[in-house]
Amino acid sequence: MFRRARYHLAVFFAVIGPGFITAMVDNDAGGIFTYSQAGAKYGYLPLWTLLPITILLIVTQEMCSRMGAVTGKGLSDLIREEFGLRTTFFMMAALVAANLTNVMANFAGVASSLELFGLSRYVTVPLASVAVWLLIVKGSYARVEKIFLFATALYVCYIISGVLVKPDWKEAAIYSVRPVLMLDPGYITMLIGMVGTSVAPWMQFYLQAAVVEKGVTAKEYAGSRIEVIVGCIAMSVIAFFIIVACAGAIHSVKPQDINDATDAALGLKPFGDAAYLLFSAGLFNASLFAACILPLSTSYTVCEGLGFEAGVNRSFREAPIFYWLFTGLIAIGAGVILIPGFPLVRMILASQVINGILLPFVLVFMILLVNKQRLMKKWVNSPFYNAVAWVSVVVLIGLTLALIAISIRDMIR
Amino acid sequence: MAEQYLFLTELLGLRVHGLRGRVLGRVSDAALVPVVHPVRIDRLFIGGAFTWLTVRQEQVRKISIDGIFLDDENLTPFYPDESVLRLEQDLLDQQIIDAQGRKVVRVNDVTFEIVQEAGHDVLMIREVDIGLRSVFRRLAQGVLPRRMIRRLQSRIAPNSIGWEHCSIIEPDPQRRLRLNISTSLIEKMRPADLADIVEELSPEDREALITAMEPEAAAEALSEVEPDIQAQIIESLEAERAADILEEMDPDEAADVLGDLEDETSEEILEEMEDAPKAEVEELLEYDENTAGGLMNTEFVAVHQDARAADAIEAVRSQPDLADGLTTIFLTDVDGRLSGFMPVTRPLLARPDTLLSELSPEEPVTAHVRDKASRVAELFDKYNLLSLPVVDDEGRIAGAVTADDIIALLRRK
Repeated sequence: MFRRARYHLAVFFAVIGPGFITAMVDNDAGGIFTYSQAGAKYGYLPLWTLLPITILLIVTQEMCSRMGAVTGKGLSDLIREEFGLRTTFFMMAALVAANLTNVMANFAGVASSLELFGLSRYVTVPLASVAVWLLIVKGSYARVEKIFLFATALYVCYIISGVLVKPDWKEAAIYSVRPVLMLDPGYITMLIGMVGTSVAPWMQFYLQAAVVEKGVTAKEYAGSRIEVIVGCIAMSVIAFFIIVACAGAIHSVKPQDINDATDAALGLKPFGDAAYLLFSAGLFNASLFAACILPLSTSYTVCEGLGFEAGVNRSFREAPIFYWLFTGLIAIGAGVILIPGFPLVRMILASQVINGILLPFVLVFMILLVNKQRLMKKWVNSPFYNAVAWVSVVVLIGLTLALIAISIRDMIR
Repeated sequence: MAEQYLFLTELLGLRVHGLRGRVLGRVSDAALVPVVHPVRIDRLFIGGAFTWLTVRQEQVRKISIDGIFLDDENLTPFYPDESVLRLEQDLLDQQIIDAQGRKVVRVNDVTFEIVQEAGHDVLMIREVDIGLRSVFRRLAQGVLPRRMIRRLQSRIAPNSIGWEHCSIIEPDPQRRLRLNISTSLIEKMRPADLADIVEELSPEDREALITAMEPEAAAEALSEVEPDIQAQIIESLEAERAADILEEMDPDEAADVLGDLEDETSEEILEEMEDAPKAEVEELLEYDENTAGGLMNTEFVAVHQDARAADAIEAVRSQPDLADGLTTIFLTDVDGRLSGFMPVTRPLLARPDTLLSELSPEEPVTAHVRDKASRVAELFDKYNLLSLPVVDDEGRIAGAVTADDIIALLRRK
């Protein structure tokens, strides 16, 4: 009897993890910057977008984790099997390019957040990159996941710093549900940026692979679905507090543009060292966390899709491409941060463009795959779900294309 | 003289010429009929306006990189056929098992040898290509001329697997049979290697593979698989099949697997098991996994303390299943309580009529069925044991824990 009770507990804990981690990593250095900027410039007005963002995120993430649980295969595997090598190759090339710049952005986040504590980037970035490499290569999956789950808990920093700023809760509540549209180009750009950065191609690949790695089965999938939903909501809650903190601390004093997430942290300083330190610590945690997951996820996805051996439980000789890719992403991603005058902002804009080009393909392939009876059996989308999914995808694609246009405009300006 | 090989990527899209040199169409797919010939391409399919046409191998006169020339133009329309292995559809981009390299690989391309047979050319499958060279070939095909690709690719190291070492993964058991896919290659692998492969497959493929194998081989492989995947596989099988496999496993392992399943499923499977193994497994199911009772096996060799060497050898002979790994013989008193033990080599080396008591049996070291697993491991370490008897409340031997159980236990932590 004792064993049976444990069985059910084990099922619950077995599924907690992938969905939560993926949603949290979505709030990486880039995400935090976007939300901080929104709050600093427009106060509480953008809060309403979080609800539709959550829904979009849930719809896309749910399909991926369902595919992972039912087929037991990663998204890149499925794309390879159903759409061939050439399609896969170009998607993977784009993914590597986009994720490389994402890794850069996150090492930049590590550097600037620790500079707020007075530590030089020439010390912190090399240390952080070695630490990331060792953690992934030498750590077992179970231990690494525990560390990741701990990192997601540290996002609480943002909630606390949001509270410490003593924002106007009544206004925050009102604008969370009252959509405000203005024909101000800056405002529209910001809205598009918020949605566009919330659903990224790598997340779909990572989540599905993580669900497979975890061994979640179709039977246990109900638990996974709840976890995905809870994860997406948690992600929005964090985003809410970031916006609120910046709205309360910066916008209510004087609405302004900020240039990176550390500006936001500095803006919190008048509200006490605690708020400022927590915000900076949160940025460090988020950046380092994403810097761990992105190279790993990218190498896995690419090697699986193209049929090379992958996995940290293999030796360097068995999986050379996996290790070179992984090491290269970290080395280049961290290395460029140390080059004085490197056009980082331009690279990040370029990354948004590549991500934006890739995302429509990923989403459309996902819907096509999740509707294949042969793969998904009785777990294909229902007609209603399909309608919701297609609408979400079309909205996402539309907004992403707009984001591409904006990014290109900023790049050539 | 032309090169006597051809790649599947080159074959697809190759022009098929009729009797007077007119182009009839391009190759869309090629197929093997395994029941007819294991490696010879039996038919080619060429694209038509509304349906494909089938070219049988005996209708082909000449095959080269420049085209295919027929000496019989009576082509029949294509009909889907379950006993045909279509290379483009069923093999390319799919996973197969490399029995020699002991891993799961994804097929990038297939290498044929062009062989003269009764005056016409036929294609024989020789190798399945994986690795970078074949990726390059796939990507460049249709972009660069075929001969140029051959020249360029020679700079990249080849990576191929002989067709004779490949085992196709086909989830549908009916189709497996029609395609004449045998499991003999796989069954020849070491169980531990096979287990690694099983863990890498998707749940559906795992089930297919285990179902296709002989219960004994399946049981051996399954005992090496991670516990949660073990449970998943057994759960997915028909109760009768699952019972067959569990009967072949060591009772303690079978009990562990059943203990991880839901009540209903494990009872269903127990019901299908034969009486003798069923009784042993049921007995073991009473104990918690992390106690001596959960670790032990109910099979052991025990003889009366007053017996002679010949009796001991006879007792070993009566338990042939145990003979391979047997290290220790237990001695019991009149009531069946443990009184001592000795290495199995002692009675073997002694004269047959020697009394066992004269062979200086050791004082018994025992664990109680409800002792913690960690305590059992301590005893093994302290006394350098290979086998430890486990006794019940009356002091009678209930089973024995062996060193391999302890290694598995320590690895699990």
